[in-house]
Amino acid sequence: MSNKEAHWQKTKNHMFVTLAIWFFFSIVIFMFGSSVNEGSFLGYPLAYYMSAQGSLAAFVILIFWFANKQEKIDDEHGYGGEKEDD
Amino acid sequence: MFKGGFIQNLPKIYGLYTGGFLVFILLMAVLESAGVSAASIGIMFVAFTVLIYALIGYLSRTIQVDAYYVAGRQVPTVFNGMATAADWMSGASFVAMAGGIYFGGYTYMAFLVGWTGGYVLVSTLLAPYLRKFGCYTVPDFIGTRYGGNLPRFCATLVLVLASFTYVTAQINATGTIASRALQIPFELGVWVGLVSILMCSMLGGMRAVTWTQVAQYIVLITAYLIPVFWMGSKLGNPFPHFMLGDEVQRLAELEASAGLIKNSAADIKAAGVPGGLKYISNPHSAVPAGGMAVWKYLSLAICMMVGTASLPHILMRYFTTPSVKSARKSVAWSLFFIFLLYFSAPMLATLSKLQLMDPNLPTAIIGKSIAEVKSIPWVQNWSAVKQVFIADFNGDGILQLNEWFMRGDVVVLATPEVAGLPYVISGLVAAGGMAAAMSTADGLVLAISNCLSHDIYYKIIDPKADVKKRLIVARVLLVVIGAAAAYISSMRLTSILGAVAWAFDFAMSGLFFPLVLGVWWKRATKEGAVAGILGGLISGTAYLIYVGPKFMANTPWLGIDHLRFGIIGASVSLVAMVVVSLMTKEPSSSIQKMVDDVRIPSGRAILGKQH
Repeated sequence: MSNKEAHWQKTKNHMFVTLAIWFFFSIVIFMFGSSVNEGSFLGYPLAYYMSAQGSLAAFVILIFWFANKQEKIDDEHGYGGEKEDD
Repeated sequence: MFKGGFIQNLPKIYGLYTGGFLVFILLMAVLESAGVSAASIGIMFVAFTVLIYALIGYLSRTIQVDAYYVAGRQVPTVFNGMATAADWMSGASFVAMAGGIYFGGYTYMAFLVGWTGGYVLVSTLLAPYLRKFGCYTVPDFIGTRYGGNLPRFCATLVLVLASFTYVTAQINATGTIASRALQIPFELGVWVGLVSILMCSMLGGMRAVTWTQVAQYIVLITAYLIPVFWMGSKLGNPFPHFMLGDEVQRLAELEASAGLIKNSAADIKAAGVPGGLKYISNPHSAVPAGGMAVWKYLSLAICMMVGTASLPHILMRYFTTPSVKSARKSVAWSLFFIFLLYFSAPMLATLSKLQLMDPNLPTAIIGKSIAEVKSIPWVQNWSAVKQVFIADFNGDGILQLNEWFMRGDVVVLATPEVAGLPYVISGLVAAGGMAAAMSTADGLVLAISNCLSHDIYYKIIDPKADVKKRLIVARVLLVVIGAAAAYISSMRLTSILGAVAWAFDFAMSGLFFPLVLGVWWKRATKEGAVAGILGGLISGTAYLIYVGPKFMANTPWLGIDHLRFGIIGASVSLVAMVVVSLMTKEPSSSIQKMVDDVRIPSGRAILGKQH
């Protein structure tokens, strides 16, 4: 497998993992909203909390993590490049 | 004082700007205590901030194509994040979101999840690749990736439809705020709003819009957070985001004791409740039971997420960063800056509800005698402009939860007054709302005019046009489109044009799959893309007309109502695109190579710096 293909394979896998986590926080939790809501966090009902803050915060962290890890993948394959010109 | 260029000095410049703005707020507070009238403070707040934006717009003027279309591709990561956040958060997010949560509770918060989760799709599937492509507009990508003018034209159609739906609502919001703060008629307020918007964008295009949006973000976030924290401290929760658990449970108790009664439509009509006013009939934090309720929540969140990842005025912000790496990081910063406001909105709604409902608080009105409530100054002020209304359905002279009507916007606009904060805060909130509506309107008007001038005029009608001519056309279009949007807003058709949600549904119907598959599926062909765009757009629009309450008003299929028609459009788009792509000849080797290049994050952009 060429360097280019290996890089794209890793990039794709990273995308799928990121979207799986995204799917959990945006869909799965709220699919079971009424049972999740019986739990609580900081005194808030849990599904309410996730919808008001929790999932939102998870997305912020997820995108930062995604970007950092993708940068590492790019560097490993020599596609990091300090500065790209147009 | 400033060594080096403008870009190196950005943190200093905006630091000074923020400091100056805080000093201005203090100055207004001093003037208020010295007896200057509330009206004059409101005027000064709005006028001062708008003049600053206009000044930034003037200083950012340019005669270069790449500066005009993509801010010279030198906007640093974090600043692009702030600009995107301002571009994103509209008058609706600022003024209406807390009100939506106030009335809709948990069910409404699907919007919060949708409007943030969409950024995960933007960063993983699109932003870095579109940046690598080096396009000026979203249809520029579609046109080059699939080849030929037809896909470009179809993408332009979706862009104009989605963005125009959105921008009339924004100009409407600037008009409302300007008319209230400057005390002029609404129709005039709309044109004042338009002039302010054009001053920020006309001379400098994307470059000017970028630097004004950063300034507008700073104003809007300050204006949103100060009242939340101040009110929180007043109620003994200095950091409300982590301390309102008990209050949320208290609201559930109060709802249980008051009872969430649904008024009949006939009663509401007989009592003469003004249009657009609502009462609380949904639980604040309880999750409604049943599969249908779950599906309604999820389908709304899905539409908003996928729509976010297809809205051209957001995607084009990531064309302005210096590199692919910084485009990716910039999405993360955008969401962080958006998050600061979005995770405060439910807290504002909670605090505001508690103040009106909890009999232990002096501000409570529910459960008091109606005569007493009607004598409260803020109730009188807002009743006079038909923003709140009391209907004593059971005739007992006591205000029940279902007898108190209010417009959603009042939650943000009046809560400082209800909590007894000084008027300077209300002036600040008006300036924040104006900043939010203006920044979004600017991004949208620019997205439309850039696309028409670049994709239709330059790429299709007159490919030989020189730079000077192209920029003149771009500016003329900017004015024409802004004026058209302002004209429609001033006719007050917004209730007919529908919700902001429609813009998301239009965008996701026509653009999501053609964009994503353009990067992720080499086999996607020109014919497939055209089928995807038109199939999605036509089926989505047809379904909207079929269920839309203002149109044929048929019973929605599987709960997919007019806010969620993108589900139909995007599904049709995906199927049409895949089937037609597989039926047609696979793309040429040069296009396949282009897709390979897009997937490599470093190196030269596919399209040249000036094209």
